[in-house]
Amino acid sequence: MDIQMVVNGSVVESTVSDDTLLLDFLRSIGCVSVKRGCDTASCGACTVLMDGKPILSCSMPIGRANGHMIETLEGLRDEAKPIVPYFAHEGADQCGFCNPGYMVNIIALLRENPDPTDAEIAHHLVGNICRCTGYQSHARALRAYLNDKKEASHEAL
Amino acid sequence: MKPFEMDRSEYRKVGKAVPKKDAERLLLGEPAYMDDFAPKDCLIIKLVRSKYAHAIVQDVDFSEAMEIPGIVAVYTYKDVPNHRFTTAGQSYPEPSPHDRLILDRHVRFVGDPVAMVVGENEKAVDMALELVKVDYEVLPPVLDFHKALDNEVVIHPEEDWTEAFQAGDNKRNLIHTEEHVRGDVDKVLSECDVTVDRTFRTKANHQGYMETMRAFCEVDSRGRLHCVTSNQIVFHTRRILSEALCIPKSQIHVEKLRIGGGFGAKQTVNNEIFAAFAAWKLKKPCKIIYSRSECLTAGSPRHEMEIRVRVGAMKDGTIRAIDMTTLSNGGAYGEHSTATIGLSGHKTLPLYTTTCEAARFHGDVVYTNVSSAGAYRGFGATQGTFALESCVNELAGMLNLDPMEMRLRSIVREGMVMPDYFGEKLGACALDQCIAKCAENFGWKEKYPVRDMGNGKVRAAGMAITMQGSCISGIDVASCRLALMDDGSYIMTIGAADMGTGCDTILSQMAAEVLECDLDAITVMGADTDISPYDSGSYASSTTYLTGMATANAAKKLRENICRIGANLLGAEVQDVDFNGQTVVCEQDGRSVSLGEISYAAQCNNAISVEVTETCTSPISPPPFMASMAEIELDKGTGKVAVLHFNSVVDCGIPVNPALARVQAEGGALQGIGMALTENVTYTEDGHIMENNFLQYRMPTRLDVGDINIDFAYSYEPSHAFGVKSIGEIVINTATPAIAHAIARITGTYLTVTPFTPEKVLRALNGLDVSEHDKRFAE
Ligand code: FES
Ligand code: FES
Repeated sequence: MDIQMVVNGSVVESTVSDDTLLLDFLRSIGCVSVKRGCDTASCGACTVLMDGKPILSCSMPIGRANGHMIETLEGLRDEAKPIVPYFAHEGADQCGFCNPGYMVNIIALLRENPDPTDAEIAHHLVGNICRCTGYQSHARALRAYLNDKKEASHEAL
Repeated sequence: MKPFEMDRSEYRKVGKAVPKKDAERLLLGEPAYMDDFAPKDCLIIKLVRSKYAHAIVQDVDFSEAMEIPGIVAVYTYKDVPNHRFTTAGQSYPEPSPHDRLILDRHVRFVGDPVAMVVGENEKAVDMALELVKVDYEVLPPVLDFHKALDNEVVIHPEEDWTEAFQAGDNKRNLIHTEEHVRGDVDKVLSECDVTVDRTFRTKANHQGYMETMRAFCEVDSRGRLHCVTSNQIVFHTRRILSEALCIPKSQIHVEKLRIGGGFGAKQTVNNEIFAAFAAWKLKKPCKIIYSRSECLTAGSPRHEMEIRVRVGAMKDGTIRAIDMTTLSNGGAYGEHSTATIGLSGHKTLPLYTTTCEAARFHGDVVYTNVSSAGAYRGFGATQGTFALESCVNELAGMLNLDPMEMRLRSIVREGMVMPDYFGEKLGACALDQCIAKCAENFGWKEKYPVRDMGNGKVRAAGMAITMQGSCISGIDVASCRLALMDDGSYIMTIGAADMGTGCDTILSQMAAEVLECDLDAITVMGADTDISPYDSGSYASSTTYLTGMATANAAKKLRENICRIGANLLGAEVQDVDFNGQTVVCEQDGRSVSLGEISYAAQCNNAISVEVTETCTSPISPPPFMASMAEIELDKGTGKVAVLHFNSVVDCGIPVNPALARVQAEGGALQGIGMALTENVTYTEDGHIMENNFLQYRMPTRLDVGDINIDFAYSYEPSHAFGVKSIGEIVINTATPAIAHAIARITGTYLTVTPFTPEKVLRALNGLDVSEHDKRFAE
C-alpha cells in the first residue's frame, strides 16, 4: 500500500506491504530510537506519539498510522534535553534500551499534566518496563526535575 | 617522581557519583545497539524449532520453503560441522561439557533448533518457516529433574561428549557432581539444641534483558568473519565460533556495541553461531534477532534448583552446622551447570564461619528435556541464599530470638580464614555494620512485629544476609590498555563489557584518579577481539575488582612514563619531577612541560611508550556482603503480597560510583522481588513452557513495588588499589528469603517454592497444603 505520514515534522511517503508494523517502518526510515522489547505489547520500549498521544508502535498496523502525525524521540530531543541531566545524575539510564520509550511517554505526560504527582507519574509510566533500574531512580529524577522547574518559575515571577 | 599513592580520604574521582559517560546519548535515543548499525542489506535468519521435548529428526523437507521468493538457504544438521562445543562463555579449561552442535539431529527440548532459514527479508523467512516440514521420531522425554539421574532415557548418548573435569557422566544424565565436607556434620547436628531440615525449590527465572539476543555477521575486507554481537564475552565468543564453525580463531573478529541488558544471559553464545555460520557460508551479511518468546523458551535462564538444607543451632542462637544438598536442573545442554551448582554452597556456607563447626555440601546437576539453563546474576548463590537464609530465619523463630541479633553471633568477620570458601582470608568485611545500619534505616524494631491493620491487611517484616565474590579466583584474567593521545587526552581499551552496568565510567574514574584528569579526557574503546587486550569478559562480578585492578596498574605505569618523558624534555632527573595531571614539573626549579607538549614530543626521538597495557589475575575473590529487610502487606482476603519497603545495605568495599552502585542494587532488588512474587516458569505435560511471553512471565512494573532503599557500609579491600569489591550480582540474592520470612511471620508457614503466588499464600494462611502442582510432574 502507499502511505503518507508526517514523521518528526517531515512528510514521508512510501510503499509498504499491508502487514508492516509502524515500529518496523519507523526503524527502516532511520528512527532507531524506537525499540522492540517484546511480542505482546507488554514493555513500552516502542512508544511513539501519534497525533500527540503515546501509542505502542509494535501494535500499530501501518494502515492505521497512515495520514497521521508521528513523533519519535528523534523529533522530541529538544523537549527531552532539559529532563535528561536529571536522569543522568541519578544513573537512571543503565543499559538504556528502555530509555527512549519512557522518555517519549514522559513528554506525553508533561504536555498533558505539567505538574504530576509521584503516583500519577507511576501510573502513567506503568507500561514502560525497565529491568535494570528498579524504577526508583526514574522517580527521583523526575521529581527533582519538576521541583527545579517549579522553583525556576517561582523565581521568574 | 613519587609512586602514585593516595589516601582514600583524598580521592577526587573514585567514590564520586558522576553520570555515565554515554548517559546523554542513551537518554536521547541515539543509535547505540547492534541493530542500530547492522547493514540494511543483511540477510535475515530465523530458526525452525523442535515441537517435541525429545526427538530424532528423520527428515527435513524444505523444497517448498525454497520456492518462496527471497529465500536464500535452508540449513539442517546435514550442513553443519560434526564437532561438539559448548556455548557457555567460560575460561580455559571450559568447565561446561562439549555437548552441542550448531544443529543437531537429536533435539532435546521444545524449542531446540532444527533448521536455519535464511532470506532477504523477514516476511519471506516467516512464510518459509511455516513450509519447512520436519519428520520426527519422537522419544520419551525426561521432564522431572528428580528422575533424571540414571534414567533409562539418556539425553546425551553421543560418544563424542566431553567434559574437562570428568565429574559428570553423560550416560547417567549427570552433568557434574561435587562435594565439600568439613568436620562431622551429622555429629554436630545431633549435639544441637534445635535443627531445621527443609527442601526448597526455585524456578528457571529469566534475566529479562530488554534487548533480545542478537548478532550480525559478515565477511570483512580481509576475508575474515566479523561478528557484531550484544554479549558480555567477546573473547569467549571468538573461541566458541571457532570451535563451532571449525575455522581458525585468527579468521574471526568479534565486537560488541552497547548491550541492552545482560544479567548473565549474554554470557552464552546461543544466537551468534547461526549468524556466523550463515555469513561464512554465504559470504553475505546475516543477522539474527531472537523474538521475546525465543528468549523465554530457548534463552539461558537460571538453573532450577532443589536444595535441601539442615541447620543446627544452640539455644542462644549459635549456628553450629550446615548441611546442604543441591539438585540442579541443567536442562537440555550443560552450559554453566558445573559452575553454578557449587556457588549454591560456597557462596552461602561461609556466611556463618565464626561458629559453624561443620559443613557439608553435595551437588548434582542433571540433564533433562527442558530449555537449557545458563548464567543469571547471582549464579547459584541466589538459590542457595533463599534456602539457607530461610532456615536461619526459621531457627530464630523456633528459639524466639530476634533473627537480626541471632545472626550477629555467627556471621563471618574481617580477618577470618574461611574454610568453606577455598580457605581464603577475609580481607574486608562490614557485614555486621550492614545488618545494624539496615535495621536502623528500615526501622526493624517497629516493622518486625506482625501488625493487623484492621482492614483485612496484615503487615510484617523479614530479613536475609548474603555474600558473593569479586571475580573467579585463579582463573579470570583482566586487562586494560591506556594510551596518551597527541592532544593530551587518553584512550582506554578494555575487553570487559559495559552492559548498562557502567563499567566504562567507573574504570575511567579509576584511571582519572591516577592520571589526575577529567573523565571527559578518557575515551573508552571495546570490547573488540582485534583491538582490546585480553579480558575474560564481564561476568562473575569481576569487572570492578579485576579489570579495575588492571586499570589502576596501567594508569600508574602510564603516569610513570609521562614523568620520564617530561624529565627528558626538561633535562631533569626523573626522581626530581612530578606530574599533576596537566604538567610535569621539576621540583627543584619549578620548570614545567605540559601534557600536550609531552604527548606531541613523544612522537619524536623518543623510545618511552605512551601506551601501556596491564594484565591482572587474582588468587582470591573478595566477597561483598549485604543485609536486606522487607516489609510486606498481606491481603488476608486474596493472599496478595505487596512489598512496601525493601532496604539493603551493601558492603562492596569502596563504591566507585555511589549513584551507579545504588541503581544496580535497586535493580537487583526488584529482580529479586519478581523472583519471589510473580516470575514463574512452568511446563505442560509434554514439556512446553507456559510463560513464553511478558504477559505470562510477569516482571515487576513500577506499581508492583513500594520503596526500595539502598545504603552502603564501607570496608576497604586491601588487595585492590582503591579498596573495591563487586556489587553486580549480590544485590539479587536477599529478596526471596526476606519476603518468605515476612510471609511466614504472618501465616506461620515457610513457603519453599518460588514464586509466592496469592494462591499459595492464601493456602498457607488457611493451613492448607502449599506444595505446588506442576503439570510436568503429573504421572
Ligand atoms: S515492543 Fe513491547 S510494547 Fe511494543
Ligand atoms: S535501563 Fe535497561 S531496561 Fe531500563
